[in-house]
Amino acid sequence: MSKGMHQPDGPPDIITVQQNVTSSHDAGIAASTDDLRMVEALRSGNEAAFVSLVDRYHAAMLRLAIMFVTSQAVAEEVVQEAWIGVLQGLNRFEGRSSLKTWIFRILTNCAKTRARREGRSVPFSSLSEFSIDHPEPAVDPARFRGPDQEWPGHWISFPHNWNEIPEERILSQETRACIQVAINALPPGQREVITLRDIEGWSSDETCNLLGVSEANQRVLLHRARSRVRRALEKYFEEE
Amino acid sequence: MTNLNKKELNCQEVVELVTDYLEQALLPEMRALFEAHVAGCPGCTTYIEQVQQTIMMLRKLAEEPAFPETKQDLLEIFRNWKQG
Repeated sequence: MSKGMHQPDGPPDIITVQQNVTSSHDAGIAASTDDLRMVEALRSGNEAAFVSLVDRYHAAMLRLAIMFVTSQAVAEEVVQEAWIGVLQGLNRFEGRSSLKTWIFRILTNCAKTRARREGRSVPFSSLSEFSIDHPEPAVDPARFRGPDQEWPGHWISFPHNWNEIPEERILSQETRACIQVAINALPPGQREVITLRDIEGWSSDETCNLLGVSEANQRVLLHRARSRVRRALEKYFEEE
Repeated sequence: MTNLNKKELNCQEVVELVTDYLEQALLPEMRALFEAHVAGCPGCTTYIEQVQQTIMMLRKLAEEPAFPETKQDLLEIFRNWKQG
């Protein structure tokens, strides 16, 4: 992977990654001092504090809301409702969860209510597509040597190196659109997990906490979702 | 599930373990098998890079422009709430 592709808050680099398996499920979930300070500022009517909170979360809230409802316009209404809910609920905020989790829980409740009113099935945490019985290979099995061949399970031909793709192409609107189409086609549980983890950059603790799924289930959903998006990109990059 | 007693992994098994690896969720024995395979396999090295590049591209989707009109609406809501 080229240096330019590395991002500090991304996954660990394969070479530098350290052994760190233990992580408490509740780690980082309670409100931080910053959260409490923010809530205090909001309660006292500090507009700048509110604006900074909107700047921080509004776009992410919209991206999440759009998964539940039929249009961008409705999603915007849902997010606005959520902000009203946040303000009205401020006095009840006890800091047992982080401010972020609390805000997004209000958002998902608003979104679910609206989705039900619209007669849509509610995707959130309905992990019906999650099934160990239906394994979904990350890579088409036809890419690997068969059980009767020499080197069974090894690549027939290696995947292409994406480092040679010009950065303009990687960052182009067309590439973004390709990813967006792939995400929209994902089953709801996978879409929620990849949106929170990879688009929004949430930790697995935060994601599990909001979605009410176990770490292990979350990882399976993330694995399937990333694999599908990678496959879509591979197809797209190789079409030219 | 991949058999832990195996001495080595093949590529098809490695691609299924990539997320667990990146999430640091592999048991030490499996992690060692994974790393040993990848160290000698250019195909799997490239595959893992592709997954990391995919994650990087996904993260870029979060870079959205501001919402000046919406912000104005929300400020109104905030002011009304403050008065209420």
